[in-house]
Amino acid sequence: MSEVVYFSSVSGNTARFVEKLGRPASRIPLYPSDPPLEQREPYVLIVPTYGGGDGKGAVPKQVIRFLNDEENRRYLRGVISAGNTNFGAGYGLAGDIIARKCHVPHLYRFELFGTPDDVRVVNDGLDALWRQ
Amino acid sequence: MDTQETQASAFDDAIDAPALADEAGAAIEADRAEVEAAFADGAAQTEAQKRQHRHNHLVQAINWNRIEDDKDLEVWNRLVNNFWLPEKVPLSNDVQSWATLTADEKLLTMRVFTGLTLLDTIQGTVGAVSLIPDAVTPHEEAVYTNIAFMESVHAKSYSSIFSTLASTKEIDDAFRWSTENPYLQRKAEIIIDYYEGDDPLKRKVASTLLESFLFYSGFYLPMYWSSHAKLTNTADLIRLIIRDEAVHGYYIGYKFQKGYEQLSPEQQAEIKDYTYSLLYELYENESKYSADLYDNVGLTEDVKKFLHYNANKALMNLGFEPLFPSTVTDVNPAILSALSPNADENHDFFSGSGSSYVIGKAEATEDEDWDF
Repeated sequence: MSEVVYFSSVSGNTARFVEKLGRPASRIPLYPSDPPLEQREPYVLIVPTYGGGDGKGAVPKQVIRFLNDEENRRYLRGVISAGNTNFGAGYGLAGDIIARKCHVPHLYRFELFGTPDDVRVVNDGLDALWRQ
Repeated sequence: MDTQETQASAFDDAIDAPALADEAGAAIEADRAEVEAAFADGAAQTEAQKRQHRHNHLVQAINWNRIEDDKDLEVWNRLVNNFWLPEKVPLSNDVQSWATLTADEKLLTMRVFTGLTLLDTIQGTVGAVSLIPDAVTPHEEAVYTNIAFMESVHAKSYSSIFSTLASTKEIDDAFRWSTENPYLQRKAEIIIDYYEGDDPLKRKVASTLLESFLFYSGFYLPMYWSSHAKLTNTADLIRLIIRDEAVHGYYIGYKFQKGYEQLSPEQQAEIKDYTYSLLYELYENESKYSADLYDNVGLTEDVKKFLHYNANKALMNLGFEPLFPSTVTDVNPAILSALSPNADENHDFFSGSGSSYVIGKAEATEDEDWDF
């Protein structure tokens, strides 16, 4: 049972943030040859933002593949993005794009692997979200 | 030894004149045998050996179709997509705005940009280049050459700003100041020491702290001007530099973490300790540097919050926990939104009251991979 689904590249920043949340979580596989993740209960998606220029390629391919599965989309309740304010309007852009395409709220954005404050705000926010 | 000299020159001939390849090829074979024999005897490196080393290096061509670390290709592509030149930014639109600054503000701006020029010069000609011999993959080497070149572009772009806005005398005075300011010279000295040291991981720590921390006492100012609707084109150019530095810091920090993982717990503790002490040493100097620059305009305390915030990010790029608590990293919101329009507190659902939150503000940026 996972209430969080996330993607993290080999640099592992997002994985580290998710670990700090201490909530049941599933990782979207890195390689196309891995079996696809199927999520069949409500969840929040946590994704890093790629690119940093014109917005093309901001959402990691693996996440797009995961969301192309209509069943996976059905249970998506919100998105949280990771990034870096150095990318200007590109900061957390992956979350903006997913929120718009899937009609869910962009819940929060944090930098790199998040500060202790980010972990607290997201945990409080998720508690409130699931109480609704 | 005579024959060795003669045959050694065959390497050059083979490289310079491929038509002579057959003849030269035989000479190379003979030379190689002799070099191996010399090595076996424990002889000192001869000219022939040096040439052979050069030759061997030449034939180890980089194969981008066989990638050992996907990050190398990912970051290379990202850097190439982000490529820019200062000539594309309409800096001359800032001339009128420049004229509205006071003499003190102009002096501060010239000095801040000269300080940044010095750091970019170091990173372009010493820093990124010093990382190349430590690279684990040939693609990592290539990424460092890209980083080094972009740092030189950054260094040059400050000169574009200067020549657009300032007089020759103002420019010369600022460059003279940069050679005389003790805090600026001190930070250059600390970093160069580690670049010239013999520990590859410490070099990466120094480099990441430069990319992700040391620039920010300077980057603060154009963000400040931008938040006051001044020098906005200059700020656009600086944002391009800031974006590049984020990729550089991320990549060098990532390569640091790969090496760090291989160490014993004792070695890890030593490196971690070293990182925090170097940061502290640089921070102390940086505080004095900032006060020296910004006291005149009353911005030093605001700059220091920006320093704390970025020091935390530098540590995180290296995989270490942030050092400064949130009570001292509360960067002026005007500076943060000059940096990123998405950084303000009420932007996201969890952050604000939710009242100002609107779904789907994003630009339409479509990837062909989406199925819906």
